[in-house]
Amino acid sequence: MLKLPIYLDNNATTPLDPRVLEAMMPYLTEVFGNAASRNHPFGWAAEEAVDYAREQIAGLINCDPKEIIFTSGATESDNLAIKGVFEMYAQKGNHIITTTTEHKAVLDTCKHIEKMGGKVTYLPVNSEGLISLEELKAAMTPETILVAIMYGNNETGTIQPIREIAAIAHQHGALFMTDGTQAVGKIPVDVLADGIDLMAFTAHKMYGPKGIGALYVRRKNPRVKVTAQMDGGGHERGMRSGTLNVPGIVGLGKACELAKQEMAADAARLSTLRDRLEKELLGLEESYVNGSVEHRLPHVANISFKYVEGEGLMMGVKDLAVSSGSACTSASLEPSYVLKALGLSDDLAHSSLRFGLSRFTTDEQIDYAIGHVKEAVTKLREMSPLWEMFKEGIDLDKIEWAEH
Amino acid sequence: MAYSDKVIDHYSNPRNVGTLDKSKKSVGTGLVGAPECGDVMRLQIEVDEATNTITDAKFKTFGCGSAIASSSLATEWLKGKTVDEALAIDNMEIVEELALPPVKIHCSVLAEDAIKSAINDYRVKNGLPELETAKSHH
Repeated sequence: MLKLPIYLDNNATTPLDPRVLEAMMPYLTEVFGNAASRNHPFGWAAEEAVDYAREQIAGLINCDPKEIIFTSGATESDNLAIKGVFEMYAQKGNHIITTTTEHKAVLDTCKHIEKMGGKVTYLPVNSEGLISLEELKAAMTPETILVAIMYGNNETGTIQPIREIAAIAHQHGALFMTDGTQAVGKIPVDVLADGIDLMAFTAHKMYGPKGIGALYVRRKNPRVKVTAQMDGGGHERGMRSGTLNVPGIVGLGKACELAKQEMAADAARLSTLRDRLEKELLGLEESYVNGSVEHRLPHVANISFKYVEGEGLMMGVKDLAVSSGSACTSASLEPSYVLKALGLSDDLAHSSLRFGLSRFTTDEQIDYAIGHVKEAVTKLREMSPLWEMFKEGIDLDKIEWAEH
Repeated sequence: MAYSDKVIDHYSNPRNVGTLDKSKKSVGTGLVGAPECGDVMRLQIEVDEATNTITDAKFKTFGCGSAIASSSLATEWLKGKTVDEALAIDNMEIVEELALPPVKIHCSVLAEDAIKSAINDYRVKNGLPELETAKSHH
């Protein structure tokens, strides 16, 4: 029997893999030591576990274990990377380049940088959500210290041309930082081959626990440093103070080890499922994929259904846990800024659904989701005066709508 | 957001979804709202001229569950009412009946506007002066 509702919001968070929980359990109970305690076996056991986790993580992203700085999650890692570079490299310049479709953890940090006197360029994206490399080159100045562009987008799954971006940043003497939250553990991410200097990522998007993340900080060619954003005991090579979250770190390590082993098979299976879901839903008239179909994370689909209102649609797909491009918190609707940046009109942005599949998503769940969404969209369109007008060939843009 | 049972009922089993022949003199059509605001309601009434009574009402709504429920409820209430009685329907009656939260009151306002707009359309078609009615100013 299919259990409802079906969880298809894995870009928000993933369930904990039972194997990860199993690895963590001893560190939540008998192995409780502080990894910074150097004087007794309790501390040594904790430190050993942390060191092992560093190796598991390094193995997934192809770095040195010493280059992993543990944080509370991707938001903290984004903050530490951007603010830390801004402070550390203040002598060199004060300009940062990012994009309009970054996660708020990057965008709002950049806003903060601007308040602190920094300059930030927000590159636009095309209809697929991709930046223009030419525009990036043109935006580079001698003052540019950092290019911060995400690996894969959380709403659309669009993957930026990371290697090309890194090369441009380096040619101009800037560092390249990427928010790898949605990509790490889902697609091969190799910080060496990709030319990444700093990368934020988190455990709970790859079947690990919440509250633990990491920042990769390159140690060689070039040696990158960030100014700590919290004062304290000088943990993590002085870049992030605070007692290490040992069970969380063990969980992140195990999640990375599993990802390394299973990522290829997961990605192949999930992209097949995703493509089936997408093909079926695109069978509905006037439905559109948001983002790049070609350069995309394997487990993500973002689809707009024209002439259906977003909140009504969410109510209609109550058997699915999905996200909508409509953040309706009050009478005033706020369509997703990411979809707006792709050039979507407000109404098309509102009527979008984001599907995020996971290692635990089954064929049966996708079959159900297909039928459920089709039914809801069809029913709402039968109820929609806009759909009727569209069917009659009336141009909705030419109608003078009552002023609100 | 938690919806009331009545909103869920109207959303799941909307009453009187459909279209009346707007070319008929006895049919009044009200189209209110705008797509970019996330709500468009079309409400139609058919009036028996002899008794000034609404004999049929249909709606189609593009909007959230509360907007769909407000217009569905409005069509239920309109049937059998005289045009004057229909004009007296206040949006707060819809709010109370559906237990709409404050952020959804605009859905009921839109439904009241749709009723009045449909009545006005009927009046104009039948040579009667238009009434000053619009309540909605978002």
